[in-house]
Amino acid sequence: MKYSLGEKLFDWLNVIFLTLLTLIFLLPFLSVVSTSLISGKEYALRGLFILYPQKPVITAYELLLGQGSLVWTSLGVSLGRVTVGTGLNLLLTFPLAYVLSKRNLYGRVPITMFIFFTMLFHGGLIPNFVLVEKLHLLDSFWSMILPPLINPWWLLIMRNFMLAIPDELEEAAIMDGANPLTVLLRVYLPLSMPVIATIGLWYAVMHWNSWFDAAIYLNTSSKFPLQLVLRGILDFGTGQYGDASGLAEMTELIDPPPAESLKAAMIVVTTAPILMIYPFIQRYFVQGIMLGSIKG
Amino acid sequence: MQQLGGEQPGLAVNPASPSYTERKGWRDAWRQIKRDRFLYALAAIPLLYFIIFRYLPMVGVIIAFQDYDPFLGITDFFRLDRFVGFKHLRNFFDSIFFWNVMRNTVVISLYKLVFGFPVPIILALLINEVRIHLFQRTVQTISYLPHFFSMVVAAGIVRAMLTPQGGLLNQLVVALGGEPKAYLTDPDLFRSIIVTMDIWQHAGWNSIIFLAAMATINPEMYEAAAMDGANRFQRMWHVTLPSISFAIVIILIFRIGGMLDAGFEQILLLYSPSVFSVSDIIDTYVYRVGLIGRQYSFAAAVGLFKSVLALALMYMANKISQKLGQEGLW
Repeated sequence: MKYSLGEKLFDWLNVIFLTLLTLIFLLPFLSVVSTSLISGKEYALRGLFILYPQKPVITAYELLLGQGSLVWTSLGVSLGRVTVGTGLNLLLTFPLAYVLSKRNLYGRVPITMFIFFTMLFHGGLIPNFVLVEKLHLLDSFWSMILPPLINPWWLLIMRNFMLAIPDELEEAAIMDGANPLTVLLRVYLPLSMPVIATIGLWYAVMHWNSWFDAAIYLNTSSKFPLQLVLRGILDFGTGQYGDASGLAEMTELIDPPPAESLKAAMIVVTTAPILMIYPFIQRYFVQGIMLGSIKG
Repeated sequence: MQQLGGEQPGLAVNPASPSYTERKGWRDAWRQIKRDRFLYALAAIPLLYFIIFRYLPMVGVIIAFQDYDPFLGITDFFRLDRFVGFKHLRNFFDSIFFWNVMRNTVVISLYKLVFGFPVPIILALLINEVRIHLFQRTVQTISYLPHFFSMVVAAGIVRAMLTPQGGLLNQLVVALGGEPKAYLTDPDLFRSIIVTMDIWQHAGWNSIIFLAAMATINPEMYEAAAMDGANRFQRMWHVTLPSISFAIVIILIFRIGGMLDAGFEQILLLYSPSVFSVSDIIDTYVYRVGLIGRQYSFAAAVGLFKSVLALALMYMANKISQKLGQEGLW
């Protein structure tokens, strides 16, 4: 196919426009990264609007990641939340999705409705809080793990995927003398790995990014996940650091970073894990959207 | 629900499918249940989760009709003398906050819809026209990125952009000869900031579903259109857009169905008393009155009002979607 001049012009304008748009998407984050590297001196001289610092310093990071800093504790909490949380999420979501994919299960439709209804209606913030309180989960790690154990949307996506696995495979396995557990673990589990990987990643990112449940359920700062510590640091007034973060010793520094750099550095620290795995997981997320649009 | 899930999984169960077992009375049912006992055992704990963490809070909304006292025991939830009827709901309707939070919720949602909804479609149209595959992939990957930032991070970035203490925007304004300003505390600008941030964070991600719909268009349609002398814009307008119009309509309907979720976490992280008049939505109001002000019953009543309204909206959205010949959500 030969392209006319107008078509070529359109292509060029399109590419230029999308390049600019992509830069606009990136710019806010890049500017935060550069802010995190500015020294107190340079800030006083030039302000923050610098696309790259002349003399980048990492004092803000040293301060955040220094000894005894709350950042390390909260990083541990966040990693614990992601591993324990995602593990339990899948441990409960996968079996239920499997059961609901059995077309001749007695009561399948009412059970599905029972789950589906929770997507349309919920008690709301206050009854949920009262529940966690009554279960004595306040200020407990488990208050972040138990309430979001199964996401009904993702459960149904997993079920839809498993509905597409042919029944003949199960019948053949039973013919060969397999018991129901073997069928589940040897036939359905391996075949469902793509959807388990996808939904597992969704759960993992959900756990990593969540902060509001921690904010209302937890009181002890050593139990806070990273996002909540970030929020605390962002809420500092400008000019002084506050003492809520275990960063009190910073006054001993010769050239302390400006508060804005500290906030920016904390944003970068919190986002770094996502950025590092993002190129590898991105594909699974996009696949998941496709899975979701397949109707069962 | 601005969650990572995206599309609706659907719940269409086809009762006419051949493998669907006919029920012939209780004895037969019992035989089937016994046969599948392993499956029921598997489902037991997950279903227990739904009962405890999803249905118990629905029972818990009865505190909306009581004067709840956190120091009382569980049995007191059901004591008749604690019920006060619709007192809290009436108080909410009569309060000066009612119209403010309702207006803010609807207006912010509408702004997000009007300005935010077309952007992913336009983005998808433009990305779809790119002929260099690597470039296409790069643009997509970068445009999804903000969707993976947590709300705290996204709000932190926005605050860093807008701070009068040398934020990007203010420095730009100063460089152009303007005065630095605290944008986030300006009632005239707050909603625009919220909407812009929403587009920045989700436009790329929301374009995926449209790109997926475009990928299923038969290339012969473009070739035929080109034969007939249609140029690029005409092909976009007469081939691409009509082919994805169903996706557009369905997503639009369900966005309207979810209108009462105007962006709780986002607003909570960015608002301040000086902009309450334009930013306080139902969810933030429930949070402040309930969890900060400890008026559990009143806040639960406001929350229940929202849940019921949201259910009705979703029901209507589904009905419309079915009328349009789509499967709908259920």
